[in-house]
Amino acid sequence: MSVHEGTGGSVETAGRAWRGPSLLRDTATVFSRQMRPILHRPLMLCFGMLQPVLYLVLFAPLLTGLAGARGESPWQWFVPGLLVMLALFTAGFSGFALLPEMASGAHERLLATPVSRVSLLLGRVLRDVATMLLQMVLVIVMVIPFGFRVSAAGAVVGLLLLAVLGTGLATLSYLTAMAVRQTYVFAPILQTVIMPLMLLSGVLLPMELAPSWLYALSRANPVAYVVDAERALFAGEWGAPVAIGWAVAAVLAVAALTVGSRAMRRLSS
Amino acid sequence: MIHTRGLTRNFRVGKEVVEAVRGVDIDVAEGELVALLGPNGAGKSTTLRMLTTLLEPTSGTAVVAGHDVRADPAKVRRGIGFVGQGHGAGDDQRAGEELYTQGLLYGLDRRTARRRADELLDLLELGGAADREAAKLSGGQRRRLDIAMGLIHEPGLLFLDEPSTGLDPHSRANLWEHITRLRERLGTTVVLTTHYLDEADDMAERVLVIDHGRVIADGTADELKGRVSGDLVTFAVPDEEHARTGAGVAERTLTSGAAEVVTAVGRDPEVRLRVERGDAVLPELLRALDSAGVPLLTVRVQRPTLDDVFLTLTGRSLREEEA
Repeated sequence: MSVHEGTGGSVETAGRAWRGPSLLRDTATVFSRQMRPILHRPLMLCFGMLQPVLYLVLFAPLLTGLAGARGESPWQWFVPGLLVMLALFTAGFSGFALLPEMASGAHERLLATPVSRVSLLLGRVLRDVATMLLQMVLVIVMVIPFGFRVSAAGAVVGLLLLAVLGTGLATLSYLTAMAVRQTYVFAPILQTVIMPLMLLSGVLLPMELAPSWLYALSRANPVAYVVDAERALFAGEWGAPVAIGWAVAAVLAVAALTVGSRAMRRLSS
Repeated sequence: MIHTRGLTRNFRVGKEVVEAVRGVDIDVAEGELVALLGPNGAGKSTTLRMLTTLLEPTSGTAVVAGHDVRADPAKVRRGIGFVGQGHGAGDDQRAGEELYTQGLLYGLDRRTARRRADELLDLLELGGAADREAAKLSGGQRRRLDIAMGLIHEPGLLFLDEPSTGLDPHSRANLWEHITRLRERLGTTVVLTTHYLDEADDMAERVLVIDHGRVIADGTADELKGRVSGDLVTFAVPDEEHARTGAGVAERTLTSGAAEVVTAVGRDPEVRLRVERGDAVLPELLRALDSAGVPLLTVRVQRPTLDDVFLTLTGRSLREEEA
C-alpha cells in the first residue's frame, strides 16, 4: 500500500514501486555524499597529511646512520611505517566527522530516511579509506624524488593491506563515536588508544632496540604486524611477515564490520 | 494515517526508569493538521520519534502511513517526511546537493531526485542558496532547507518537531505560509509538536495537549477553550471604592460567580470575572455599571487561550514553564 495514493502528489514518484533499501545503491549514495565536501575543496586532503609529512621532513633525517632493520637510506625503512601511521591518524580519527552531524541533527535526518542502515556506515568508511589511499599515494610520490625505491607490485599489495587496516580502524572509530556521542569523551578515548598503538608498532624506531618487556608488548599490538608486512612489501619481499600482516588486518576488519553492521541494524529498527 | 494504541516509552536514567510516554492512543486521519502541545519534557518529541521509527516503543503499537513502526520501519520511513528539531543538512554539504542526496536515499531515481530538488528549492525560495554550504545559510533558509529535505519524496504525512523554534517572527510566518501552501497543493497530513501556544492555536486544526507522557485533551482549539469556564471580562475604575461597588454590581447583574478585584501599585484597580459569553453580557453589564454610577476607564473581553486550557487541566501555566 502506498501512502501517495490519494494525496494528489506527483504520479511519477508515486507510481514507481519501491522495493526497500538497497545496500549497494545506498552505500554509493552515502559515499558520494561524504566525498562531496572534499571534491569541492581538494586542498582539505592535504590537511590530513600534514602530520606524516612533518615526520618525513623533521624526523626521518634523524634516522640516517641508525642501525635499523634495513641499512641503506632511512626512507626505505621509515616510509612504509609512516603510511601505517597515516592510517592510524586518518582512518582511526574518522569518527570525528560524525560527531557534529550527530549533534546537529544531520545524522538523525539520514536515519529518518529508508536508507539501508549498514550503508550509512559502509559509505562513510569507504570514503575515508579512499581519501586515505589518495594521501598515501601522494606521500609515496613525494619521497620518490628523494631516493625512495619501491617495488611496484609490493606497493600495490601494501596499499591494499592498508585499505583493509583502514576499513577496520575507521569502522571501530565510527562505532566508538556513535557510542559516546560527545567530542569531549571521544577525543581522549581516541588519544588513549591510538598513541600506544602507534608507539608500540615500531613506526618511529625499530622495536628491536627496545628492552625485552617493551618488545614483548609491541608483539601484542596488531598494528606492529601490519608495519612489518608493509616494510617487507615495499622492499619487494614476500615472506611470512606479509602473510601475518594480512591475516591480522583481515581479522580486524572482518570483526569490526561484523560488530558494526550489527550495531547499525539495531539502531532504531 | 496514524493509529497508536498504548504507545509507551521508558528511559533508564541511572537506576531509575523514567516513563516518558505512558500509553498514548492517537488517531490521525488523512489530511489533518494536528499539533501536539505541551511543556518541555512532556513527551511530545519522544512520541514523535516513535512515530517516525527513530525510537523503538517500549510497548504498545503504532501504525503509521499504513505500516507498523516495529514490523516494517523502512516502509514507514518511505511513507513519511520528518523534520527534526535540529538541522538536517550537514554543515559542509551544499544545500542543493544535500537535497538531491536525500531524494536518492528515499529511493528516487537520479532524474526525479534532481527535478524534485530543483522544484523544492524554488518553492521554498532557496534557489539562490543551492550552491552554498548549509553552514553559510541564514537561520530561516536553513530551516526551510530542513523542510525541503522532509518533502523530497512527496510524503503524504509530514512530521515536524518544533518547526519554528529559534526562528524570528518573520521567518516563522514565512515558514507557515510555505506549510499552508504545501497542504493546499498536496493535501499533506501534518503532525507537529510545539510549545508555542499561538502556533497551536492559529495553525492546527486539532490540538492534542500532552503532559507527563499522557494525552490529557484532544480537540479543536475552540472545543478545548470551551472547556474553560468562559471568557474573561475585565474593567478598570479610578479607585478601589468604585472597584468594590463595581464588583458587587457585576455579580448581581451576571449571577455567574465571584468577581475579583485586582489592585496593583501604579495601575488603576481592575475587576475581573469569568462569564460564559463575554460579548453577549457586555451591553447589560455596562448599563448596570453606568446606572450604579461606576466610572469606567477601560473594558476588555478576552477569549480563553490554550494556556487557560492547560491551566484548567493541570493547574500549571505553559507560559511559566517556557520561561
